[in-house]
Amino acid sequence: MSTHLPVLQVVVPLLAAPVCALIRNARAAAVIAVLASWATLAIALSLLGDVMSAGVISYALGDWVPPIGIEYRVDIVNAWVLVIVSTIASAVAPYMITSVEDEVERRRIPLFYAAYLLCLCGLLGITVTGDVFNVFVFLEISSLSAYALIAMGTRRRALTAAFRYLVMGSVGATFIVIGIGLLYVMTGSLNMADLAVLLPEVWDSRTVKVAYGFLGVGFCLKLALFPLHLWLPNAYAFAPSAVTAFMASTATKVAVYMLLRFFLTIFGAPFSFGVMALDRVLLPLALVAIVSMSLVAIFQVDVKRLLAYSSVAQIGYMVLGLSFASVTGLTATLLHLFNHALMKGALFMAMGCVVYRIGSVHIDAMAGLGKRMPWTMAAFVLGGLSLVGVPLTVGFVSKWFLILGALERGWWPVAVIVLLASVLALVYVWRVVEAAYFRPYEGDEGVGVEAPWRLLVPTWALVGANLYFGINAVRTAQVAERAAEVLMTGVGP
Amino acid sequence: MSSVPPFLIFLAGALVVPFLRGMPVVRAAWLLMIPIVGALNVMGIQEGYQLQFEFLGYTLTPVRADRLSLLFGYLFHLGAFISIVYSLHLKDGDRPTLQHTSAVVYAGSALGAVFAGDFITLFVFWELLAVSSVFLIWARRSPRAVRSGLRYLLVHVVSGVTLLAGAMVHAHQTGSLEFGLMELEGLAAWLIFLAFGVKAAFPLLHSWLIDAYPEATPTGTVFLCAFTTKVAVYALARGFAGTDILIYVGAVMACFPIFYAVIENDLRRTLGYSMINQIGFMVCGIGVGTHLAINGAVSHAFNDVLFKGLLFMAMGAVMHMTGKTKASELGGLYKTMPKTAILCIVGALSISAVPLFNAFVSKSMIMSALLYEHHYWIWPVMLFASAGVVEHAGIKIPYFAFFAHDSGIRTREPPGNMLVAMGIAAAACLAIGIWPDLLYGILPHGGEAAEYEPYTYTHILTQIQLLCFAIGAVAAFHLWKIYPAEIPSVNLDADWVYRRAAVKVTRWTGAVVSGVDRAFRGTVLKTVDRTLRGAFRAHGPKGILARTWPAGSMVLWVSILLAAFLFLQFF
Repeated sequence: MSTHLPVLQVVVPLLAAPVCALIRNARAAAVIAVLASWATLAIALSLLGDVMSAGVISYALGDWVPPIGIEYRVDIVNAWVLVIVSTIASAVAPYMITSVEDEVERRRIPLFYAAYLLCLCGLLGITVTGDVFNVFVFLEISSLSAYALIAMGTRRRALTAAFRYLVMGSVGATFIVIGIGLLYVMTGSLNMADLAVLLPEVWDSRTVKVAYGFLGVGFCLKLALFPLHLWLPNAYAFAPSAVTAFMASTATKVAVYMLLRFFLTIFGAPFSFGVMALDRVLLPLALVAIVSMSLVAIFQVDVKRLLAYSSVAQIGYMVLGLSFASVTGLTATLLHLFNHALMKGALFMAMGCVVYRIGSVHIDAMAGLGKRMPWTMAAFVLGGLSLVGVPLTVGFVSKWFLILGALERGWWPVAVIVLLASVLALVYVWRVVEAAYFRPYEGDEGVGVEAPWRLLVPTWALVGANLYFGINAVRTAQVAERAAEVLMTGVGP
Repeated sequence: MSSVPPFLIFLAGALVVPFLRGMPVVRAAWLLMIPIVGALNVMGIQEGYQLQFEFLGYTLTPVRADRLSLLFGYLFHLGAFISIVYSLHLKDGDRPTLQHTSAVVYAGSALGAVFAGDFITLFVFWELLAVSSVFLIWARRSPRAVRSGLRYLLVHVVSGVTLLAGAMVHAHQTGSLEFGLMELEGLAAWLIFLAFGVKAAFPLLHSWLIDAYPEATPTGTVFLCAFTTKVAVYALARGFAGTDILIYVGAVMACFPIFYAVIENDLRRTLGYSMINQIGFMVCGIGVGTHLAINGAVSHAFNDVLFKGLLFMAMGAVMHMTGKTKASELGGLYKTMPKTAILCIVGALSISAVPLFNAFVSKSMIMSALLYEHHYWIWPVMLFASAGVVEHAGIKIPYFAFFAHDSGIRTREPPGNMLVAMGIAAAACLAIGIWPDLLYGILPHGGEAAEYEPYTYTHILTQIQLLCFAIGAVAAFHLWKIYPAEIPSVNLDADWVYRRAAVKVTRWTGAVVSGVDRAFRGTVLKTVDRTLRGAFRAHGPKGILARTWPAGSMVLWVSILLAAFLFLQFF
């Protein structure tokens, strides 16, 4: 059984999806989705444990020997990302049951769960596979289901947001498949480990460099790096609350993983940083994203949109860590993948609670909620503190490594910008706090009491994780550091 | 007896306070228990006691006890006890739960900061100080208090971030996070210095204090005056003792507030300026850096909590009973508040450094240290500042509140707990003044430096001369200011011209200083404003960066990026 864990990681949600679509019962579908999500977490955790103790796991699909057949290859990097994705799925899935009943048409709910499970399957597949074309296939699975999920938002603008995401996502995926095609032309292989061996011989060819360009732009589009982020704010703002919480904490993280996997494992750190000067291309974009998108977030009035822009800024932090081209920088990136998933998950879920009760997340509509929904707003405040990077939360741990990385390179101004941007984050979190705690409640007396516990328990689970991993950061930092070392040194044995 | 970290008792105590709503007696008992239990705990802590653990490869020291931190530990327990007694009367309309909880957290974070042995712990408590104390300002609930609280919070959060930035650079350079003596060299030290400077209200960084302290609740101001700036003084004494620039910074701090304090009408704001002036003496002593000077600076901080607290308490009592703090609206209160008036006069005599009162035994140490280290130019400046203290704090405060023209206000003595708190502070002022060894015994530098003798003939003579001169000058000053109608009828003799000229010079200097200051702040504010407006144009809801773009232009960006990338690769 345990030898099949890598493939089970994908197969469980993949099989659960059609079951949900076929049984046509909202409650049963919900239970299946929750159980499947928890199963993926159990599998991911046991994979991470195996990889930590025994090293790389290679699984040949259908017993076709790689590089001919498709290989699922789990090392500490993707085991880590698998844990991130499945952790968020496990927290969001039980939350969905109540939230989705409120926001999605009843007859569509089983289909909603099918789309959710397919999206989860796609994200896990991208992460677990060791075959570049397989990456593209899973990318399409996750993207197509994501478009469907976003389009199920309550407002009609969800449709246009989903459509624009579809156009942009397809452009990105096309770029990626063009890049993969060019690589195949040059090497005749689609296996990642194989490509890593074959590519250095053809480093000088223009085809490889063009492939690198297409892949780079494609990934940056999927991970919403400034200025290719334009699809993201509306998609997150208009999607159903549970979908936003899930996508914001997983989809862009997996895109960052793809970028790291392709550019550091396949092309190799010497090629990316030495020949292609990836660090110098990414650094300015990351810095602009951090500062400019935080500023935009300050002026937003829709809190979901505010958090979406904040996500673009936070992606800037992840890319910034990569642009340091060092183990410390990558440790910061990998830690922030996990930490940001925890904080944004908690924040968007808190906003979902607000939507459930008062039907809006406009900042004026949230006036006085601190008294009426104390647990929800306390969760938001703690998540917000984590976003700002206050000590004893995970946000501080990420910032710590990021600044260490900047100092290691001797880039003082970058360290200062990171700290100043924390103050910007404080400002936009504060605007919500100000509305919720310092303005009187203006709505009807009957509406806007505390959210049900079925929403609060998953939200607080993530808030608790924010605090726990902020205080006890040793374990996560160790894993992230080992993963960063694997990425910098190239493929393991 | 084994001890727990001092801040834990306060933080744990604060957790219980919200559950005592509606039980005033139980709450009062609980609140008083906290500093008492804390004090017993601190007495049990041995010098050299440390608590350490590893975090991300660095050694953190949440508790480090040596003579310096223990002295501030005792001081903060005393300050917390007095302030809590003073605030026991709070009724439901004053938001007692919010005020008490945040005050206890605030006192606990001040303790955490002075016992912090590393920069990360210091940073955590540095920010907690700001966050907990701002509620003491907001509890007043006026729109003005809310706004000035926000500004206060912003300044202190930025100070904390600056501290963290400095600490990280420091950790990167030295590989250690230990908070010890530093040279003022390089980015790390300057960032940390700046962060301390903001909290210590260095000139040009001071406006938060004047802005926020008078806006706090009457009881909140007493807490505020005990902790925030004293933590900064502690941090400077720990990190930058003997840094020359501090002598000059301290001298400026001791002098410039005098001009403002003289022309200020709000008595609590006058005390705010007076506070900066007193911190100036401490900062100056820290800059001198000899054992005697550090002892002087630290003991002056100790005394300042007592006498400045006493004056703020007296003004708070006046405000509590009459709702007024403006000099022009008060006066003649000695008839109905005689006890408060007497206690206020004790505070005024203390701050004026009259022999047998506590400031005398600490300030003279700083002044002597200046002379021993041959700072002959700074010494007269500080002497001038001392004379200024007598004017604006020693005479102006009690005079305008309790005497002067009778405002016609008839009120009663404040609640008993306020009188008790003021009584404790007044008794402590006198006790330290009469038996200075009480304080000298716990000073950080023992041995020869601790055997300082304040009551020598020269010290007493100098101080009494200074007091007489200052009182004489003030009397003349007031004579002219209070009865302007009589001026024309006074004969034009040389004496009168001299007095009038002196007054004019004082006024003129005050106007110039405040003019320059206003122009400077105006320019800064305008620049900030313009930058904000520019940022809003680009980033606001309709700004170019926040608009919802059609898919076509998004794809345009994709192609631009790809083209740029390919272009760079081929040329």
